[in-house]
Amino acid sequence: MIHSFTKFKEKLMNYFFLLVATTSISILAMITLFLFKEGLPIFEKVGIKAFIFGNYWYPTADPAHFGIFPLIIGSVSVTLISALISIPLGVMTAIYLSEIASSRLREIVKPVVELLASLPSVVIGFFGMVIVAPFLQDHFNIATGLNMFNAAIMLAFMSIPTICTISEDALYSVPASLKEASLALGATSFETIVKVTLPAALSGISTAIILGLSRAIGETMVVLMVAGGAAMVPGSIFDPVRPLPGSIAAEMAEAPYRGDHYYALFAIGIVLFIFTFCFNIIADYLSNKYRQTGDATL
Amino acid sequence: MNVKVSAINIDGMKNPEERYLQEIRREKAPDPTGPISESESQTASSLENRKQQKPLFFNKKRTLLQHLFFNLFRSAAMVNALALFIILYFMIANGWRAISIDFLTQPPREMMTQGGILPCIVGTLCLSLGAFLISFPIGVSSAIYLQEYASEGALVRAIRLGISNLAGVPSVVFGLFGLSFFVTYLKMGVSILAGALTLALMSLPVIIGATEEALKSVPATYREASLGLGATKLQTILRVVLPAAAPGILTGGILGISRTAGETAPIMFTAAVFFSPNLPRSIFDEVMALPYHIYVLATAGTEIEVTRPLQYGTALVLISLVLGMNLIAILFRARLRKKMRR
Amino acid sequence: MKASHMTQTPKITAHNLNFYYGKVKALDSISIDFNLNQVTALIGPSGCGKSTFLRCLNRMNDLITGIRVEGEIKIDDQDIYAPAVDVVNLRRRIGMVFQKPNPFPKTIFENVAYGLKVNGVTDKNLIAERVEKSIRQAALWEEVKERLHDSALGLSGGQQQRLCIARALAVEPEVLLMDEPCSALDPIATQKIEELIHTLKETYTIIIVTHNMQQAARTSDVTAFFYMGKLIEAGETDTIFTKPAKRRTEEYITGRFG
Repeated sequence: MIHSFTKFKEKLMNYFFLLVATTSISILAMITLFLFKEGLPIFEKVGIKAFIFGNYWYPTADPAHFGIFPLIIGSVSVTLISALISIPLGVMTAIYLSEIASSRLREIVKPVVELLASLPSVVIGFFGMVIVAPFLQDHFNIATGLNMFNAAIMLAFMSIPTICTISEDALYSVPASLKEASLALGATSFETIVKVTLPAALSGISTAIILGLSRAIGETMVVLMVAGGAAMVPGSIFDPVRPLPGSIAAEMAEAPYRGDHYYALFAIGIVLFIFTFCFNIIADYLSNKYRQTGDATL
Repeated sequence: MNVKVSAINIDGMKNPEERYLQEIRREKAPDPTGPISESESQTASSLENRKQQKPLFFNKKRTLLQHLFFNLFRSAAMVNALALFIILYFMIANGWRAISIDFLTQPPREMMTQGGILPCIVGTLCLSLGAFLISFPIGVSSAIYLQEYASEGALVRAIRLGISNLAGVPSVVFGLFGLSFFVTYLKMGVSILAGALTLALMSLPVIIGATEEALKSVPATYREASLGLGATKLQTILRVVLPAAAPGILTGGILGISRTAGETAPIMFTAAVFFSPNLPRSIFDEVMALPYHIYVLATAGTEIEVTRPLQYGTALVLISLVLGMNLIAILFRARLRKKMRR
Repeated sequence: MKASHMTQTPKITAHNLNFYYGKVKALDSISIDFNLNQVTALIGPSGCGKSTFLRCLNRMNDLITGIRVEGEIKIDDQDIYAPAVDVVNLRRRIGMVFQKPNPFPKTIFENVAYGLKVNGVTDKNLIAERVEKSIRQAALWEEVKERLHDSALGLSGGQQQRLCIARALAVEPEVLLMDEPCSALDPIATQKIEELIHTLKETYTIIIVTHNMQQAARTSDVTAFFYMGKLIEAGETDTIFTKPAKRRTEEYITGRFG
């Protein structure tokens, strides 16, 4: 009797934990559901094609224009420029940490990277606004320091920790025996890193880069405060832009509840969600592929 | 250097000794500092002597390349440290003067151009604590399922994919979801509850990840020993595994709180208000919050330049709060790791 | 019979070698000569320092932080721990085969060509020639010639280990260090490696660490017995295995401990 009760309790707990564990999926499903519920109505007014490729974002004009192409370009270009900074810096830092640094220096540099990751985005945005923007304005002779370039730098330092930490894990998990074999053949440490360690960690590093980019494209406060906010396709890196997350954050407060503008902002949310969802699926695919085939990815 | 090795290869000499002698000759030729002196090569060279010797075999180009790149990598790492240092420097240098007892204990006055930030501090603490109370049990239970109960399969893969995707959802999208679901659909209104729930969802992946890590590091022998004594699985988890993993789990919890404390976008539409003269009295009240306050003062205020010291001061308080918690977590974890190694 | 083809030229001499991991002394005044074109087996119980000693010979221990080396190791009268020595070059001259086969996640061909490429050989024909020669030397050619451009990870354990030997041979080292090269292999693969060692000694000076007493007896000309960080006894293999001078050696060889 007691025995069967214990058994029953054990089984019950198993299901309880399972149920809780599915919370994450349910939340993800709910997010999808509610985004679409609140965003889809805009497509009764504007076609999907016109929404995505429309060149004019004048949500409060009469008649209103809901074309988010300039916002998409803004997001993509600011992310790409930030990637030009964050990928080399992040990967090189990871190499330094896992392959070169003495254990004492690593104990110092690693927390620095972690603290960088923990800086609130609003603080980085604020820093970009009050320190970097005037600096750029004075030294580059441009109209406004609040522009794509500034936002890209700030975003880069927000995604470096992601890129660095995951890359370092990947580099670190390359078997020491491979590195030893290379060194024993008379390769220098640097040659070993370039020809053995990096290729073996490649898919892990790709995952890191994609997750870093995903973080940059979804980051809100920095682009809201620093990117300049002009909803136009930029002509130079010193032009202001208005990336997708910035538009949502800036306009939601003034958008009338369940008006076209409100729906349009949720539709932007859908686009953003799809962007980052794809990035994450790719990252997941890459890291799993790596796991399944072991070292034989080359 | 390149030529050297291939040349050796081409002449295809069989005798290693002869080949080596030739190699020494080749190596020596470009190096005017010459061979090691006889006394040194003959006596059992002490460490001091060794230090004085000049390189004999020196793959100049390859060594130089390595030197160059290693310095590049090192500089890259230093750039991060520099960035952190610069940001902290400007915030502290410009913010410390704004901080006083009044600043921390008074509400804002005069259209927020003067006074303190007490409601923001209280608001942020309420939101973070609320989020923690919601996400911590869910996160820890999820991790327990994944580590202790689940066997690898389609379901677990789906759960993991869900978690990693949840971690990747942009913060502003969480804000949109919070607005449409908690605020509107569940009719919570703009409130601490709605904001804390939204933040809780956001921090869930962090807590799950940290807990899984902590559970993984509990040696399998603990579980076996407990099960071997006739304990049930649940007893084993509650009495052996969780206590052993507790420090690691708490570290994850701290990291989770600190992350929610600094978030702005998710609470913009769900909990935070521009200005509220009173401290919140229930979880259905709307609140001011530190990050949102910085944003508001820096961008939307009427007197942006005048309130700059307040902005710096608020930023400094927020940084101290967040970095302080992180630092505690990092140090705590470092000590933990040292213990595990022993 | 064996003594007759022994050329008594020391290729490597270790003299009063002490080795520390932090404060722990792992090797205690080791002095030994390794002769040209001979196979020397290092035997002894686990943790006796034989692998540590082997890894001193190509300075592989340098990779570990907190180690210290005293005394000297000379190769052709050149102290390898002098700062004058370029470790990279040293390691090219002293090949190493590891306990577990560790091919790179590259093709079979790329694995063998790797050492040549990092050492600056660019001539494609030369590389191809040397790759083939090394794989033949390692007695692997017939098994892999049809699939040189497949991943090396598709090979069996024994084949992988022979590939690693071929990889080490490709850079034409003078000395070959083998750290329990057969410990992860089945008897047939082990036999192949042992035969290989026998042919390779014509060209190379070979030092092999092994746990397997029969293997030491079968493959080596000279055997050195290590115990607790000390070199207890070294001598011709026949002598060591039939009438060792030290009691410890006898006890170990006859299986009384270890």
